[in-house]
Amino acid sequence: MSATTADAVRHAPARPWLTAAIIWALLLTVPVWLPMLGGYTALAGRVLVLGLAAMSFNLLLGFTGVMSFGHAAYFGLGAYGAGLTLKYLAASTPLAMLMGVLLGGVAGTLFGLLIVRRRGVYFAMVTVAFGQIAFYIAYSWNDLTGGYDGLRGFNRAPLDFGFATIDIADNGTAFYYFLLAVFAVATGLQGLLLASPFGRTLLAIRENERRARFLGIPIERHIWMSFSISCCFTALAGALYALLNNFADPMGLHYSLSGEIVIMAVMGGMRAFWGPLVGATLFVVAQDYISSMTVNWMSFVGLIFVLVVLFFPRGLLGMLQRMGGR
Amino acid sequence: MLELILFNVTNGLIIGAFYVLMALGLSLILNLSNVINFAHGNFLALGGYMAFVLTPFIGFWGALLVSPVLTALFGFVIERLMIRRVYARDPVYSLLLTFGLAFIIQDACRYIWGPNGLPMSIPDVLAQPLTPELFFITWYRIFMVAIVIVAVAGLFAFLRYTRVGIRIRAGTLDLDTVNALGVNVGMLRSFNFAVGSLLAGLAGVLAAGQIGLNPNMGDDLLMPSFIAIIVGGIGSLTGTLLGGLLIGVAAALTTVVWPAASEAVIYVIMLIVLVVRPRGLLGEEGMLT
Repeated sequence: MSATTADAVRHAPARPWLTAAIIWALLLTVPVWLPMLGGYTALAGRVLVLGLAAMSFNLLLGFTGVMSFGHAAYFGLGAYGAGLTLKYLAASTPLAMLMGVLLGGVAGTLFGLLIVRRRGVYFAMVTVAFGQIAFYIAYSWNDLTGGYDGLRGFNRAPLDFGFATIDIADNGTAFYYFLLAVFAVATGLQGLLLASPFGRTLLAIRENERRARFLGIPIERHIWMSFSISCCFTALAGALYALLNNFADPMGLHYSLSGEIVIMAVMGGMRAFWGPLVGATLFVVAQDYISSMTVNWMSFVGLIFVLVVLFFPRGLLGMLQRMGGR
Repeated sequence: MLELILFNVTNGLIIGAFYVLMALGLSLILNLSNVINFAHGNFLALGGYMAFVLTPFIGFWGALLVSPVLTALFGFVIERLMIRRVYARDPVYSLLLTFGLAFIIQDACRYIWGPNGLPMSIPDVLAQPLTPELFFITWYRIFMVAIVIVAVAGLFAFLRYTRVGIRIRAGTLDLDTVNALGVNVGMLRSFNFAVGSLLAGLAGVLAAGQIGLNPNMGDDLLMPSFIAIIVGGIGSLTGTLLGGLLIGVAAALTTVVWPAASEAVIYVIMLIVLVVRPRGLLGEEGMLT
């Protein structure tokens, strides 16, 4: 653990701007090149949404050193928050997103209070179990959430700025750029956060919690804040997911999605800012491809987990950084 | 009404017994190896399916003996081949590994034995009800509880009185020292993993006789087992035992009053424990937390 950490720090990205530039150039031109490769824009939307979830999760795993295994709960709460708002409150996309973030964020903040003193596998175990509470509620509260069948019967509303309206409801490309804009703002905030003194303090906690504590840093408070922030962003991703599918289902809260979020972060490179996005891309595309080829896609997804853990533990960007650093 | 209560209490005992078997296996592995075995429920399913395959040849009683041992062997091999490689790394890797294994084993079961439920035949003696009045309590239910009691007693005796068992308990407290004293810690962990898998396999055979077989049969037991461990306190097997019984009985008693809340009560107990006594009933502060 300590050896890999030291490695990752030493081989900090040589040209961070280059990675960011390549990623943004690719993301901005998706509607141009993706159809040429035989993909569809909704797939790119999935990548963005799950990429945002994985990056938000990675604020904890990669940059605070705390292992949450229940992030699907906040993702799903965000989705249900947005869906329920659209269905019962008002046909407003921004309001739906706000409510989704609030629902997931508040749940995460409250739960965070209970677990900030836990570490390691215990932290993981408690977060999994708590995540299942959200799953259980969505699953059993049939009247409100649609239970097993999921929440249907809502549609994302066009954006209305007063002077102009953007039709994200029916226009797939417009919706993609809407997702990209939200993604840009969210990841921009995450970048600023990590560059701030607060973010640096989180890195210090990750590297050596005991030493950070001796420096007088209130560890529990920082981990709690990091957890809350991570949950808010994850809930935002969940809200976007509900908008993307016009649907929220209990499987979006299930712990198997939590595991998928973790593997996305790890297979892209959890020490790299953009790693989880790269991982989400690989995972979503692989899953889409495999599930169209065989009914036994679960085995292949499981195999991805096993192979990544045994042979590519640093993830793609982690490996590239290492090669570039030598 | 009395019959309803009796029915639910026996149900609760049986479900609690399954929670205990699952949670004890998970807890053993967690305490010594710091690994959460997400595939534990799939080990259970595997135990059940192997019993299903073996029953025509060696009968139910033979399968009850052999299938858990085969599950243990399977766990041993998995540990040797894969899980052992990630002990030295961040715990996130062992979690992801067992997570992936869970997917693979579940899909393999579905591929081999089909997605639909399969019935498992049990001896006629066990299928009989206790008395005509208590028609809902079969001998099999009593038998399951009895086997679980024997298995749990056996486990605790093993950990208390055998050399290997004592080493496992010592390793839970301080693995480095056990290693320094010349114990082959790698083998100890593999063996311990096998014992945990054995319990899962046993639970699988018993569950198959009661509810039949399907590829996700262990999934519903995994989360309550986690909660049993959290409630009982990480690092304490006795705590896990208590936690499993507590949530099993609590769920059963709730079923009598308010059936819809029987699962919710498990989560409520966990939240109460996390607020009032975060280390769990018998957990010690600082251990693995």
